[in-house]
This record gives sequence, C-alpha cells and structure tokens, in this order.
Amino acid sequence: MSILKKLFTAVKGGVTEVGESIVDANAILIFEQEIRDAQEALAVAKRSLTEVMAKEMQTTRSIKALDSEIEKHEGYAGQALEKGEEPLALEIAGKIAEFEQQKSQQQEVLATFTASVTKLKQQVKRAEKTIVENQRQLSMVKTTESVQKATMAVNDNMASGDSAMASAKQSLERIKQRQIDKQDHLDAAQQLADESNDKSLHDKMRAVGIGDEAAKGADILARIKAKQSK
Amino acid sequence: MEFNELALKLSQYETEGSSFESFFINHVGQEVLQVIVDGNDELPIFVTHTDEQVLCICYLFSEEEINADKHAELNDTLLRLNVPMPLSAFAKIDNKYAVFGALSTNSTIEQLSHEIITLAANSIDALEAISDYLTE
Repeated sequence: MSILKKLFTAVKGGVTEVGESIVDANAILIFEQEIRDAQEALAVAKRSLTEVMAKEMQTTRSIKALDSEIEKHEGYAGQALEKGEEPLALEIAGKIAEFEQQKSQQQEVLATFTASVTKLKQQVKRAEKTIVENQRQLSMVKTTESVQKATMAVNDNMASGDSAMASAKQSLERIKQRQIDKQDHLDAAQQLADESNDKSLHDKMRAVGIGDEAAKGADILARIKAKQSK
Repeated sequence: MEFNELALKLSQYETEGSSFESFFINHVGQEVLQVIVDGNDELPIFVTHTDEQVLCICYLFSEEEINADKHAELNDTLLRLNVPMPLSAFAKIDNKYAVFGALSTNSTIEQLSHEIITLAANSIDALEAISDYLTE
C-alpha cells in the first residue's frame, strides 16, 4: 500500500487524535535503512556494470583482431596454393582453424558479457527507481510527522494566548478594523501634509500681496479713500 | 535554514510595505516560527521545515465554526478557490482549516518573506470570501 493511501486510511480512521501519531517512528527508521541499502546496492551494481562493460569491449576487440588474422592467413593460403605449395597451404589452413576455434570461444564469452550488461543495467534502473520512490514516500511521511509536531507546538502556544478564544469572524473583523485604522492614519497624515503645503503657498502669496487677506486690506484702504474724496 | 537566525532576520526585515514580528517556538523538538505580518496577530503564520521543504501555514477556522448546513458547499468552494489563489493552497489539519505554502529549503529570505506576505494576504482574502459560511 502506498504511503498516501495509508495516510488517507489513518486520517479517515480518526487516528489524528491529539498526541497520537499516524507515523510510527520505527517505520521511518526502517524506511531510511531501506533507502540506504538500495543506495549501496546501486553503487555495487554500477561498479560491476563498468567492469563488465570494459571486459565486453576487450572481448570485442580481440574478436576483431582474430577476424583480421583469419583474413590475412586466408590470403597466405591462397598464395601458397598459387605457388603449388599444397602442404604449406594445409598448414596455414590448420592455423586458420585454430583462430576460428579461438574466435568462437571469444564469441561465447562476449555473449555472456552482453547478457550481464543488460541485466546490470536493468538492476541499476530498478534500484534508482526504488530509491526515488522511497525518498518521495519518506518525504510524505516526514512532512506528516513535522506538521503533526508543529501543530502540537502551535496548539500549546495558542492555548496560552487569547487568539484561541476568538472565532474566525471576530478575527477578520478585528483585522479589517486595523486596516481601516491604518488607512485613516495614512489619510490624516496626507491631509496634514496637504494643509501645510497650502499654508506655505498662502504665506508666499500674502508676501507678494495676492490672495484673500491682502485683498481685504487693499479693499479697506480703497473704501476709506473713497469716503475722503466725497 | 537556521530558524533561530531566521526569526531574527525576519524581525529586522521590511519588504513590500510589510513588517514582521517573529517568535521562535520549539516545544516538541519541531522548530516552529510564529510570524505576524503587519500586526495581524489574529492570523499568525507558522513556519516549519522538513529535510527538503519549508512549510508556511496559516490556520483559518475550526470545523465547529462552519454553518452545519453549508459544510459541503464550503468544501466545494475551497476546492474551486484553490487554483486561483496565488502561491497558497487550502488544507485541513486535525479539525482546523488552513492555507499553506511550501518552499524549498534552499529558498532565500526574499523568497520566504514574499511567501509569508502572500500567505497573510491570501488568508485574509479567503476568510472574507467564505465568511458567509461561518457562524459568529
């Protein structure tokens, strides 16, 4: 059964009561040991694979060498026949037979090497797959364990604070209120800044006689002058 | 990623216009960091880690808070909201619903803080979106 299925069954079965662990600590240790074993097996398989592949190449080379020997000696035998040296040709043919004997032996050896290369490659692939799969499952188990432990720590912590008492709706209202307060603060600060900008502008205007108050003074003076001239 | 060090770094870190407070919790041999984003201590983010991933979890509400007749509908809604929600996913831990995000243990502090900020924003948005399904 996959770990996820096991977890699902455990959660469904209500094993998640406080303090009770879904994950057996022993199971984790066994899992980790399995991964380490698989990694060792993988290392061994890879080492053997390189050795066998090297031998496979050597054998292929020696078969090629024998092939060229055979070809060469067939040429020699032909030359001997042309020169009417029948016994010499026979002797050369004997040599060729010897080479062919060696070649067929080497070919048998090569076949076993090729077979074990295929087998080892399959083993390496299988071990790699097992390791990746086990690591993935272990990570699920460990995450579950961590979340469980973290939840316990968080519960301890929340029980001592007042946030445990508040419902989600109350919490949300408080947060919203805080956000509004913050916005009000920002707005107020902005307003203040705007006002002081306004004030400095008015100061400048007054200094050169533009704006309300300056106009008022001028108006009054004009009014008095108008009265006097009557 | 050293969690002690991370707690310190985060509390001095300010990014994307957000500030963090972080507390180190380690009662049961599992390192947990409680991170509060922008003073929203109602929805703290809990950061913990395994060998290969860092998990950020924010608990939303407990099962008991769901309006009894809307339970199935809520689950359906959460599954539908899962994909559009950036970087985070809905989850259930014991009897609590949560949003969470996972990062590689090789993540940088920038990546982690981006994750935490997104998670904090997602959790507020998510609560707002489904608040009709919850009791007072």
